[in-house]
Amino acid sequence: MATQIKAGTNAATADAATQLDIYRRMSLIQQNDEAARKVVRSGRLMMPYYSPRGQECIPSAVSANLNDDDQICTIYRGTHDMLAKGVPLDVLWAEMAGKVTGTCKGKGGPMHITHPASGAILTTGIVGSSMPIANGLAWAHKLDGSRRVVIAYFGDGASNIGAFHESLNLASVWKLPVIFVCQNNRYAEHTKYEAATAVDQISKRAISYTMPGVTVDGNDPLAVYAAANEAVTRARDGEGPTLIEAVTFRFFGHVFGDDDAYMDKAEKAAAMDKDPVPLFRAKLIAEGIATEEQLAEIEAKLAVDIESAVQFALSSDMPPPEELTRDVFAEEIA
Amino acid sequence: MANRSKITIIQAINEAIAQAMAADDKILVLGEDVADREGGGVVGVTRGLSTRFGDDRVRSTPIAEQAIMGAAIGAAINGYKPVAEIMLMNFTTVAMDMIVNHAAKLRYMSGGQTTVPIVIRMMTGAGIASGGQHSDFLEAWFAHTAGIKVVAPTNAADAKGLMLSAIADPDPVMFIECSRAYGNSCEVPEVGEPIPIGKASVVQEGTDVTIVSYSEIFQRAIAAAKELEKDGVSVELIDLRTIAPWDRETVIASVRKTGRAVIAHEAVRQFGVGAEIAATLQEDLWGELKAPVKRLGAPYTSVPFSQGLEPLFIVSVQQIVEAARATIGTAAAPVAMGIN
Ligand SMILES: Cc1ncc(C[n+]2csc(CCOP(=O)(O)OP(=O)(O)O)c2C)c(N)n1
Ligand SMILES: [Mg+2]
Repeated sequence: MATQIKAGTNAATADAATQLDIYRRMSLIQQNDEAARKVVRSGRLMMPYYSPRGQECIPSAVSANLNDDDQICTIYRGTHDMLAKGVPLDVLWAEMAGKVTGTCKGKGGPMHITHPASGAILTTGIVGSSMPIANGLAWAHKLDGSRRVVIAYFGDGASNIGAFHESLNLASVWKLPVIFVCQNNRYAEHTKYEAATAVDQISKRAISYTMPGVTVDGNDPLAVYAAANEAVTRARDGEGPTLIEAVTFRFFGHVFGDDDAYMDKAEKAAAMDKDPVPLFRAKLIAEGIATEEQLAEIEAKLAVDIESAVQFALSSDMPPPEELTRDVFAEEIA
Repeated sequence: MANRSKITIIQAINEAIAQAMAADDKILVLGEDVADREGGGVVGVTRGLSTRFGDDRVRSTPIAEQAIMGAAIGAAINGYKPVAEIMLMNFTTVAMDMIVNHAAKLRYMSGGQTTVPIVIRMMTGAGIASGGQHSDFLEAWFAHTAGIKVVAPTNAADAKGLMLSAIADPDPVMFIECSRAYGNSCEVPEVGEPIPIGKASVVQEGTDVTIVSYSEIFQRAIAAAKELEKDGVSVELIDLRTIAPWDRETVIASVRKTGRAVIAHEAVRQFGVGAEIAATLQEDLWGELKAPVKRLGAPYTSVPFSQGLEPLFIVSVQQIVEAARATIGTAAAPVAMGIN
């Protein structure tokens, strides 16, 4: 029987400053999600909203290993990935609101946020499609001879689509500096993981593509940090791709407004009891990495930033009508 | 300099890519079997390129069309200019998400921040007994998708010039090569000059009827025009060359002059490129048309394999001749024009 190529042998540990930095990102994501659901519920903003609540830890710990010029490809549920990578709040919110001040002048919307300066280079609404393009971005870095890496984020459901398999195979054959990060939140839309996935751990799929595959607790910042650190180092050193499966849980329905009746109530309650944000917060205090006052101050500052971004978005202008036909091609062609 | 008379479309495309790669090291080639170790392409279009420019820039890929297109798109976003081969146009069907949802839309959806300057080369065409899944002209699908340009050269000189423009273009360009016509040769400048995308070529001026076509069917339009000339019919021949964005100005100006138009293409007639052109002509020239615009294309079927049927699928010279005659037959005074 084939054995899994293990990652996690030369893992680095996150020092105190890094842990605090990870927590700051997690709190930002959690509070931002709170605000987004509130604004959509109030009817002040109409957008499809896919809550990343419960998955804060994964991109926060991954991003702690990345530089500004490393890139991420994410999906419709990707506000946590974007915020963790440093997409500024005001342009993110303005894009979610479809305003001209948004990252994409309002023409992409929440499912297609692009902010190259912070490395958020692609957000796709198509399941599985972050991966083939991540390969191309990584190919360019390799040709450039740079040490930049690309993260492809995707869900458990996306590991069943052809693009996943084509992409892992090519990345391995070409030894691309790309890290495939599967956020296994146990559901794909309304379908439970087991009902649609023929393998108990997605990381095992790495065996077929001769790349390291590892499953980590996606709610444990230090475990995610260590796995990502090793994968990023391998990629920077020209040793090729890694598949990381971070097991987590989606706290709300697939999309805002979904009643989540299909979710197992006990399973959900148990997962929410292990909410990664307060757990990590308590750990930081217990271990003396931060004080209650310090964390409260960080959180309060983030709350102010989020509120100001919401106001910026809501008070910004819609794109002017001439934007309708702009950006189809470099030159304007009717 | 070697004595050089005529070269084929295969050689012309090869020369164009080599010329562009020599001038700009950001240009890459990828696709199934494109490198020399794998034979330099199934018909040899990319032959010699990996030897000359290196295996990093000319890469054979797994048989994975989504992965090929994704690699091209991502590299393009990060500053490279990939020329990706999808071996046959029908195989775009398994990469439609990458082409339509991503390559075509990323400029727009990102508000102009991420752009996808790629060329997608494909061969296709009926007439070589390849059957229903290896022969389709699918240009109308892509022409209907905002954000993709579509070109389809008919001769080697245009193939070279259009390929140079396609590579230089800042947006995705589908480059359709007709397998039947690959061996057609003509005089081609050794150092290619770009032929602008979006510009049709008025290959022959005439006064009675305009025939618009592209790709190999245009060769049939040329033959039809010779036939019609024997009857004294003066044909204006337009090779569209680019399907999206198509050269409305040139076509409209011509039909304004002749008052009659026949559009001929290989793709299925129903909902084809001919329908778009015909609709535009009646919108813009209503009252100036001397006859209803004629559209010729394939019947609404898959491409048949049998040699008893396949030739019936492709628009023939005779059909073009008859369509042109029909437009003139409905004219006010055909006899006065010396024909009947
Ligand atoms: C190709 C494709 N098929 C179907 C959909 C509809 N859809 C959107 S999200 C989703 C579930 C994906 O689940 P998963 O990959 O686990 O990601 P998650 O939403 O849980 O983050 C589906 C089926 C889509 N967007 N794209
Ligand atoms: Mg999921």
